[in-house]
Amino acid sequence: MNASPQARLVALIGLAILLFSPPLVLIFDRPPSAGLSWLPLYLFVAWTLVIALAAWLMEHRQEDS
Amino acid sequence: MRTDPIVLTVAFGYLALLFVIAAWGDRRAEQGRSIIGSPTVYTLSIAVYCTAWTFYGSVGRAAEFGPSFLMIYLGPTLAMLMAPMMIRKMVRIASTQRITSIADFISARYGKSSSLGALVAIIALIGITPYIALQLKAITLSHAVLVNYPDAAEFQLQEESFWIDKSFWVALVLAVFIILFGTRHLDASERHEGMVAAIAFESLIKLVAFLTVGVFVVFVLFNGPGDLFRQVANTPELVGALSLEAVPGGAIGWVGTFVLAFLAFLTLPRQFQVLVVENVDERHLRRASWLFPLYLVAINLFVIPIAMAGLLLPVGNSDPDSFVLTLPLSAGIEGIPLLVFIGGLSAATGMVIVETIALSTMVSNQLIMPLLLRSKRLHLSSQGELAGWLLGIRRVAIVMILLLGYLYHALIGDSYSLVTIGLVSFVGAAQFAPAMLIGMYWRGATRAGATLGLLAGFVTWFYTLLLPGFAQSGWLDATFLEQGLLGLEWLRPYALFGLEGFDIYSHSLMWSLLLNIGLLVGISLFTRQSPVEQTQAALFTEAMNPGLQHTSLWRGQTTRGELQSLLSRYLGAGATARILADPHANPADNAPAPPALIARAEQGLSGALGSASARVLINSVVRGEALDLESILSILDTTSQTLEYNRRLEQKSNELARIGEELRAANERLRELDRLKDEFVAMVSHELRTPLTSIRAFAEILRDGQDLPEEKRKHFLEVVVLESQRLSRLIEEILDLARLESGRLTLNPQRLDLVALVRHSVDAVHRLQEDRGVKLEVDLEPDEAMVIGDPDRLEQVIINLLDNGGKFADDDTPRVRLHLARHKQSFRLSVEDNGPGIAPDERERVFEKFHQIKRYSDAGSKARGRPRGSGLGLPISRGIVNHLGGRLWVDDAPTLKGACLVMELPEATEEAAPA
Repeated sequence: MNASPQARLVALIGLAILLFSPPLVLIFDRPPSAGLSWLPLYLFVAWTLVIALAAWLMEHRQEDS
Repeated sequence: MRTDPIVLTVAFGYLALLFVIAAWGDRRAEQGRSIIGSPTVYTLSIAVYCTAWTFYGSVGRAAEFGPSFLMIYLGPTLAMLMAPMMIRKMVRIASTQRITSIADFISARYGKSSSLGALVAIIALIGITPYIALQLKAITLSHAVLVNYPDAAEFQLQEESFWIDKSFWVALVLAVFIILFGTRHLDASERHEGMVAAIAFESLIKLVAFLTVGVFVVFVLFNGPGDLFRQVANTPELVGALSLEAVPGGAIGWVGTFVLAFLAFLTLPRQFQVLVVENVDERHLRRASWLFPLYLVAINLFVIPIAMAGLLLPVGNSDPDSFVLTLPLSAGIEGIPLLVFIGGLSAATGMVIVETIALSTMVSNQLIMPLLLRSKRLHLSSQGELAGWLLGIRRVAIVMILLLGYLYHALIGDSYSLVTIGLVSFVGAAQFAPAMLIGMYWRGATRAGATLGLLAGFVTWFYTLLLPGFAQSGWLDATFLEQGLLGLEWLRPYALFGLEGFDIYSHSLMWSLLLNIGLLVGISLFTRQSPVEQTQAALFTEAMNPGLQHTSLWRGQTTRGELQSLLSRYLGAGATARILADPHANPADNAPAPPALIARAEQGLSGALGSASARVLINSVVRGEALDLESILSILDTTSQTLEYNRRLEQKSNELARIGEELRAANERLRELDRLKDEFVAMVSHELRTPLTSIRAFAEILRDGQDLPEEKRKHFLEVVVLESQRLSRLIEEILDLARLESGRLTLNPQRLDLVALVRHSVDAVHRLQEDRGVKLEVDLEPDEAMVIGDPDRLEQVIINLLDNGGKFADDDTPRVRLHLARHKQSFRLSVEDNGPGIAPDERERVFEKFHQIKRYSDAGSKARGRPRGSGLGLPISRGIVNHLGGRLWVDDAPTLKGACLVMELPEATEEAAPA
């Protein structure tokens, strides 16, 4: 049986919170001594990814009652 | 091109365009061809979130604090992801209860309390006015930068009086716009179609303007993003600008801004207005939940490049908030700055319009109406007069709010940068979140808890953010910032209770929300809800329950006439007729009003006056109470029980359908078996009759022909004996088959050498095959092949296979080849012939009982002395092999190109002792 759209959405929200919060954000952040930080680029990529997943989820799921 | 007349013409021309669009939107709505009924327009209207603060302030924030500005847009992204669950519920509640604003929402949730609604309205007014001021300031500032560049803008500003200040006139034009398009209907819960259309248009303009300046900076001032960031990386003082170190408060500030933006996105009055009140269709949320985040990505794409470019290039004006304007100005371009100015104007006016509508509705419905309703005089007013009053109040409120915003801007605005004021407002609005969100999901939240929580949160916010802001702009003595109130160290506003290391917003958010939520939950656990509160709590928390949609919640009594006079007094005749759905209603009608009608009347009043006032008015004519909690709970229970029954019923019926399907399949199989059995019996009788007939015929000849020559007699007897043998063999086979199929076949499995057995079998048939002219080749690869099997039965199988091969081999040069080889953990014995082979679709059928392959070539005379098979050999062989744990199937013949039957038996392990 497929997971319900609701469950998928909740999982996506969890993923978004994870991607935008410190543990992961810190990985992509470099101290100034090491050159430019990748943080903004990472944020934009993660952001677009989350939106793409959301778009896929919203436009493909059946009308739920 | 930057002269004042041109700039002003363009700016006010743009505002005039807004009027045209709004008027067009309203006209389309009247014709029933709404232009806002699309998820895209809905999304664009939500983009009112991006104000002048985004337009100018994001760049400033990025220049000063690195990537933290992104969190202000990631928070709403998260909120929009939750839209299909959370905002959908808010929309559902708002449309069933005719909610007009966030103050109305919270007041309705906690028992339609007018005091709570008033509190929310006051907090919103105090928290949001600076935000409106900020937009006006942005307009003034951007205009000054545009006109005075390269002179500093600030110098000029101080010289001006308010009638020269452009933002004063813009505010005035906006007031006219809002009065025209924001107060068309008395019912504030109805959509402002024209206004939404204008807002959506403004969102497009600001996006286009920002993208244009972004592309210009990155691709004209620099050679693409690579070039820009290489230069940034080579500038030592800018290297750290993009890292988390530039974010105030570090990781905590990061998370704090994230949470703050998430909450504020849901609770800012203008966001509530466009998200919930102006929503025309719940389904639009689905598209908006990803399209709006996409809009945010687009409008933020060039913020960092512009900020970095502004820091790299000498632009003549050091204020980062103006980089968007000064960068193209410094390049000597004239058109783009004007477009940017219009973009900023659109961002600012969009916010001011929606925010003012939301605030004015709150002020009129939550603050002024309840007061007016208490004064006795108003109840005497004549028919329809109050409708005019209400709109008048709202219009005055609009002017007052804009004036307040302008005053704030003129008096205090200079001391703050754009972003600072914005975040202060965010924290203020976030105070509504606990009462609203917890109230939507926890039925136990009480009015006392919500009120005290809100008050505590508001006071904390006021003390830790707003008051220090006043102090910093010189209104107050700033010493308490350093030393705490009354010299108490632990009361320092930016380090309450000695908590340091936070940025001021996270600090304020943390303390205010802690107190807010703590009091809301704590007090709720120890207070009781009034009956109305219980009802409303149930209605809010169970809003998605389908059982509630068509239920009428009134059981009080009144007459149609009384309702009619109440409605017409407050809403006017037209609206009354619409609500009552009866143009001929008259005040003398004494027929009892049905509950549904009372509910409709209350909703109609709620839409215009707010739920608290509507409740007071309805109570004044209806005797008896609204539906109490028990009834609602019983409705809910019944509904959920019904749902549960339905679910179970559906399960049961699915199960039944499945069982029915199984039964049908079983029946099918039984029929098939029955048919096979009939066929079998027919076959058996036929097979038995053939030898019997010949035996009987020859026996009769022998009986009647006494004078037959001895030789003939002997031959006939020979035939009788042969046929009897055939008959008994057939019967033996049938018995075997019967035993096999009923599982009563007794095998005597033992460890044996298949090689030896094959040799033995080959010897047994060798003579017979030679007689028939069949050339038999034997190829045994292994020297020894130990398997478990019944020697007699296995020999029967092998002989049968060889026999078959001989029968079906080529007519002229018949050849049969037996091959034994090891295959993984088993042995494969294959018998192939050079006959015509077996068609692929026949391959399984040869194992059916009495199935005989038709040989087209010798259908007629070519008997060649081969015995006809009974058609039982292969089924019996397969049964035996299966019993022994092996397999028997038809395969492609590898060498002789005819039919090939393969028997596979597992290898016997050493331990497998013979039984």
